[in-house]
Amino acid sequence: MPMATNNEAPLLEIRNLRAKVEGREILKGIDLTIPAGEVHAVMGPNGSGKSTLSYVLAGRDGYEITDGTVLYRGRDLLALKPEERACDGIFLAFQYPVEIPGVTGFNFLKTAVNSVRRHRGESELDAMQFLKLVRKKAADLGVGEEMLKRAVNSGFSGGEKKRYEALQMALLEPRLMILDETDSGLDIDALKVVAEGVTRMRSPERGMLVITHYQRILDYILPDRVHVLAHGQIAQSGGPELAHELERTGYAQYAGQAA
Amino acid sequence: MIPEPAERVAARTFPVAELRRRLAARPEADWLRNLRGSALASVEAKGLPTRRDEAWKYTDVGALGVAAYGAAEAPVGTPPAIKSLTETLQLVLVNGFLVTPGPEVLPAGVSISRLDASISAELVQARLGGVLSPEGKPFVALNTASFAEGVVVRIAAGTDVETPIELISLGLPGGEPVAFHPRCLVVVEAGATATLIERHCGKGRYFSNGVVEVALADHATLRHYTLQDEAADAVHVGTLGIALGKESRYEGVVVHVGARLARHEVHAGIDGDRASFSLDGAYLGSAQQHIDNTTWVTHRAVGGNSRQVFKGVLDEQAKGIFQGKVLVERDAQKTDAHQLSKALLLSDRAEMDGKPELEIYADDVKCGHGCTVGDIDEKALFYLRARGIDEETARALLIEAFLAEVMEQIAVGPVREAFAAVVGQRLGGAHLIRRTDDHW
Ligand SMILES: Nc1ncnc2c1ncn2[C@@H]1O[C@H](COP(=O)(O)OP(=O)(O)OP(=O)(O)O)[C@@H](O)[C@H]1O
Ligand SMILES: [Mg+2]
Repeated sequence: MPMATNNEAPLLEIRNLRAKVEGREILKGIDLTIPAGEVHAVMGPNGSGKSTLSYVLAGRDGYEITDGTVLYRGRDLLALKPEERACDGIFLAFQYPVEIPGVTGFNFLKTAVNSVRRHRGESELDAMQFLKLVRKKAADLGVGEEMLKRAVNSGFSGGEKKRYEALQMALLEPRLMILDETDSGLDIDALKVVAEGVTRMRSPERGMLVITHYQRILDYILPDRVHVLAHGQIAQSGGPELAHELERTGYAQYAGQAA
Repeated sequence: MIPEPAERVAARTFPVAELRRRLAARPEADWLRNLRGSALASVEAKGLPTRRDEAWKYTDVGALGVAAYGAAEAPVGTPPAIKSLTETLQLVLVNGFLVTPGPEVLPAGVSISRLDASISAELVQARLGGVLSPEGKPFVALNTASFAEGVVVRIAAGTDVETPIELISLGLPGGEPVAFHPRCLVVVEAGATATLIERHCGKGRYFSNGVVEVALADHATLRHYTLQDEAADAVHVGTLGIALGKESRYEGVVVHVGARLARHEVHAGIDGDRASFSLDGAYLGSAQQHIDNTTWVTHRAVGGNSRQVFKGVLDEQAKGIFQGKVLVERDAQKTDAHQLSKALLLSDRAEMDGKPELEIYADDVKCGHGCTVGDIDEKALFYLRARGIDEETARALLIEAFLAEVMEQIAVGPVREAFAAVVGQRLGGAHLIRRTDDHW
């Protein structure tokens, strides 16, 4: 069953989120709100906690939440299991997608799609229906048939893995899309194809958190807001122009903050 | 060494007098009577092996009290109908007695009969015990002394048999636990090709002590797929002997999902030049299951090839054993021999023991072995869950993926699918194994 939601509430509301990994505090009081329909970019130096934030939102084990709240459509997100979050519409495109030898892509994608459909009260797709769907979406994103036959991410190039993340996102039709450096590793043409795919998914109900180091992807997916994450906190927020500014100035101005 | 307490020793010694009485009452040919007699003498002298025997260091069959199980009587009434995995030539043994002797019309070149049938007397006399001598193998000796009815399968030279031969052993004790000893001799003559499916299942408490001997003549091929799906309280010992002639091929896969205790013991002899032997195993254990795969592969001829891959998944307090010994004799140059054992432990109390061993006396060989124990890849598990797949299903997917390398060795599609379905069914629960005793 889809969870009861508050339609007035923002899609995502993070308040004073603090999290530790292996006893070390990485997120040091994050505040970030994404209203439905908006795209927010998060930039920031290596090691500043961007992926940690994305994992905490997706529900990975090993993070100790020491303070703060995360509300997704008005409900406590942190109380849910990763699969419940995914079924409720949260999708994390991994910075480093995981290779799973032995699990065929077709089986994996079909199991995932049907899990989410079941949760939404929709009928499951049979093998033929699924094949039709996956072929269409794969063609849109330039994912070859041959890649679908292989084991999940096994032996994929860096760029292929990112395209495969985009394909999964297109298939699962999430509501909150978290893209952790989906642009890294994609060549110029692939970046355009993937970014266009992501842009097609923009809608008044959906929101996006786009983590990136580069302005280029933001030229395709125009963000409503840009945030700088440094030392585990949002150090600055602004409009799309902030990304251009960072391109010029780098992160030197944030050095040493909130240590 | 500390002597064993008297009652322990007694529990390990089979009621030999009873066995002797039964044998005397059987109208059998002299040669068989002699073969059984010497096997019986060795049972009498040695009893069941203990953990002091190197080959039985990890597995104590006697501790489960099977020596006290009565001998099974011939079943009465109509034999249960058993679903074939696919279109097969099906033979059914109930408690070691052949109740369904196979189809009346067999494909050309195939003959299947009881071990004591007159049509196969000459072949049986020449071959029985020839691949697996009872010497030093207590359970083979016990089987030889005790088997009720056995099966002999012969594939005539040059025949390519497409339809698999399916040998089913069912354990169906009435009330009291019983012991039985299925016996099978498979002779694949020169250049012939066949597929043998072996399935073990049943209900209740019993001890199945099977022996299969496979003689592969020059250029012969046997695909041999075994599903050990015995009842939860059963004790299963299966000993398989294979003699490989020149350029012959043996392709075996054994899948264990059942039994309280199972020991699958394989003795393969690469006797002819350039023969190829492959044996893959997959096993699932939960509760207090004990699953032992022990193999001896001896390369005696030039250019032989042997490959073994065993993969196990152990949950709760289950215990897995892999003992593999590859012996490359001095004249077996250009041998290529590999063995690998991998186990996934799903609980802190699950355990994996044993060792792969290589003993090489030839100097121009390629040999390798490996042994790993690990647990489920947490990163992969999270990745699947992050796509909406619930934890149990995600674990099952990863376990099936782990076993896939073994299952893919089953070259016959419908057999592969049927075996995979049994494995998949066992992976469906909160714990690894969901008991579904009735699926046959
Ligand atoms: N499991 C872990 N154990 C110890 N430290 C960790 C662990 N995971 C993350 N960290 C540390 O947390 C900090 C933040 O890491 P994170 O991956 O979130 O950075 P990031 O902003 O995504 O960096 P990048 O731009 O390089 O992707 C780093 O210093 C990293 O070493
Ligand atoms: Mg990162």
